Amino acid sequence: MIVIVPDSTTRSTMHNIRRLAQHRSARSSGFFHAAFGSLLLIAAALFSSKASAQFRVEISGVGATQLPIAITKFRDEERATPSLSISAIVRADLERSGVFKGIDAPGALDENSQPVMTEWRGRAADALVAGSITRLADGRFDIRFKLWDVVKGTPLGGQSTAVEAGDLRLAAHRISDYIYEKLTGEKGVFSTRIAYVTKGGGRFTLRVADADGEGGQVALNSAEPIISPAWSPDGKQLAYVSFESQKAVVYTQDTASGARRSIANFRGSNSAPAWSPDGQTLAVTLSRDGGSQLYLIGRDGGTPRRLTTSSAIDTEPAFSPDGRSIYFVSDRGGGPQIYRIATGGGNVERVTFGGSYNISPAVSPDGRTLAYISRQGNAFRLYTQDLAGNGQPQALTDTSDDESPSFAPNGKLIIYASRAAGRDVLMTTTLDGKIKARLVSTTADVREPVWGPYGR
Amino acid sequence: MKKTMHVGLTALMAAFVLAGCSSVPLDDKSNVPVETRNTTGTGSGTGANTGGTGQSGVTPVDLTKGGQNAGLGKVVYFDFDSYVLKDEYRPLVDSFAKSLTADRKKKVVVEGHTDERGGREYNLALGQKRAESVTKALALLGATDSQIEAVSFGKERPAVQGSDEAAWAKNRRAELVYR
Repeated sequence: MIVIVPDSTTRSTMHNIRRLAQHRSARSSGFFHAAFGSLLLIAAALFSSKASAQFRVEISGVGATQLPIAITKFRDEERATPSLSISAIVRADLERSGVFKGIDAPGALDENSQPVMTEWRGRAADALVAGSITRLADGRFDIRFKLWDVVKGTPLGGQSTAVEAGDLRLAAHRISDYIYEKLTGEKGVFSTRIAYVTKGGGRFTLRVADADGEGGQVALNSAEPIISPAWSPDGKQLAYVSFESQKAVVYTQDTASGARRSIANFRGSNSAPAWSPDGQTLAVTLSRDGGSQLYLIGRDGGTPRRLTTSSAIDTEPAFSPDGRSIYFVSDRGGGPQIYRIATGGGNVERVTFGGSYNISPAVSPDGRTLAYISRQGNAFRLYTQDLAGNGQPQALTDTSDDESPSFAPNGKLIIYASRAAGRDVLMTTTLDGKIKARLVSTTADVREPVWGPYGR
Repeated sequence: MKKTMHVGLTALMAAFVLAGCSSVPLDDKSNVPVETRNTTGTGSGTGANTGGTGQSGVTPVDLTKGGQNAGLGKVVYFDFDSYVLKDEYRPLVDSFAKSLTADRKKKVVVEGHTDERGGREYNLALGQKRAESVTKALALLGATDSQIEAVSFGKERPAVQGSDEAAWAKNRRAELVYR
């Protein structure tokens, strides 16, 4: 086969194209369209694809192996749900994952249609989604959809569900999850939630929103700073640090009921809460014995057990997914670097070696990748590093005010805070740094994002 | 004759002195005009000693306004990446320590801060180190543990907005607050 590529195409891109070609040669006229289209775009700089203005999703970057998918407007979508577009939410979800490229899909189809596959192949789509929304007599909405493999010309599946108005967004995200899993074999994260802190007008809030940044609800409203939110593994609680009593105190709060308790309010500062994977213990930074050291404390508070014993700053603990070790930041070697210690205590092993300032560790759900923030000159930038063997640090961004990385529960995306045009914003990125999305919210400054677990 | 005159003069002087020192009740209700001879501390300012009160002048000490360390302030500034208490702030720390040792019911919280550069939690810990530099000094000068607490706001509560060295220098600080 002959594929035309620009001179600037990298070796790895060529490798990916060959690999994909072998993998998909059986099915594949659609592949050539996609590869050729993608290569032309690689020659261009970045492109941005905007979904409808209502959602203001800003996605940039291009990947060599994106699957082109057409999602038509669901029948009656504009009439039944004028305030939101299920099809646009699904398209934005799939594009943000970095795995899909949305194809414009005019026309009126629904889940009962018999689409003409040659027409969709002509539009360079490999997959097609169509559906309908009907308002029921009891005020709920009946949402149905079907997914087709355009290359093979066969339906892959579909669903129908009835939901209340308040769950329309969640229903759209569940459709995205279904499509993502059918076509990639991986679990989608579109119906998960994030938490983050806002600052504006002299007030601070801790908010919970959908993973696309929409639908934010206030969990805590305060005149004093809130920092370091952390989801419990079951997604029911948030731990955080509040300065409401003029010092740093760790609280846990049930998001559904708002019930909260302070679990670490010892002498001095109490901060950096991190939940163990079984949800029973939190690692925290306490200054009760002088300095900043790591301790373990039960989820209901109580007497802490000291974990680190250095005269340096030890802070920002993060459990490994198997709960057996804790990554943390220490400046025992001069400047802040990331180290690892067994949860039961013992030897401390250094993990980061590049540069003089590495903080904010986050471990991927499979335990194999470390994300963190590294200071390079005057810039604070998001990096990843393989944890097995001699992982080399990889920069994921070229921005200079990155902070607070957090993995999605499927390990395929990282959410982080950054600065754009003088404002603090939330971003997601694929692990190779190629596809980025800005989660646009209407509040002034947003920071400290954390990605919640599966399940609601 | 000399002796009588001496005694007489003494008596006369005594009479004058006694007349001058007669105490005038301030709540005299008899509408007799009251002449106030001395100004004692009525809560305003330090060093409000009106020199003209001669032998009975009193200098007021106003503890409510931290007047004891008048002019020394209550903020200690730090160099970049440092938590070392500089010599120029020793007198300020001394004056707080004196106040604490003189009154064991007094408590001071030292609030440490950093400039905006760097991570939130790491800066919280740096601010804590700055606060502890000051509380350690207070303890060495006689304050008891229960009178002092070191806390940190990290970079969350800047004194000055701005992203230049002038602003950063004003934010790298520890504030001493009576609580």
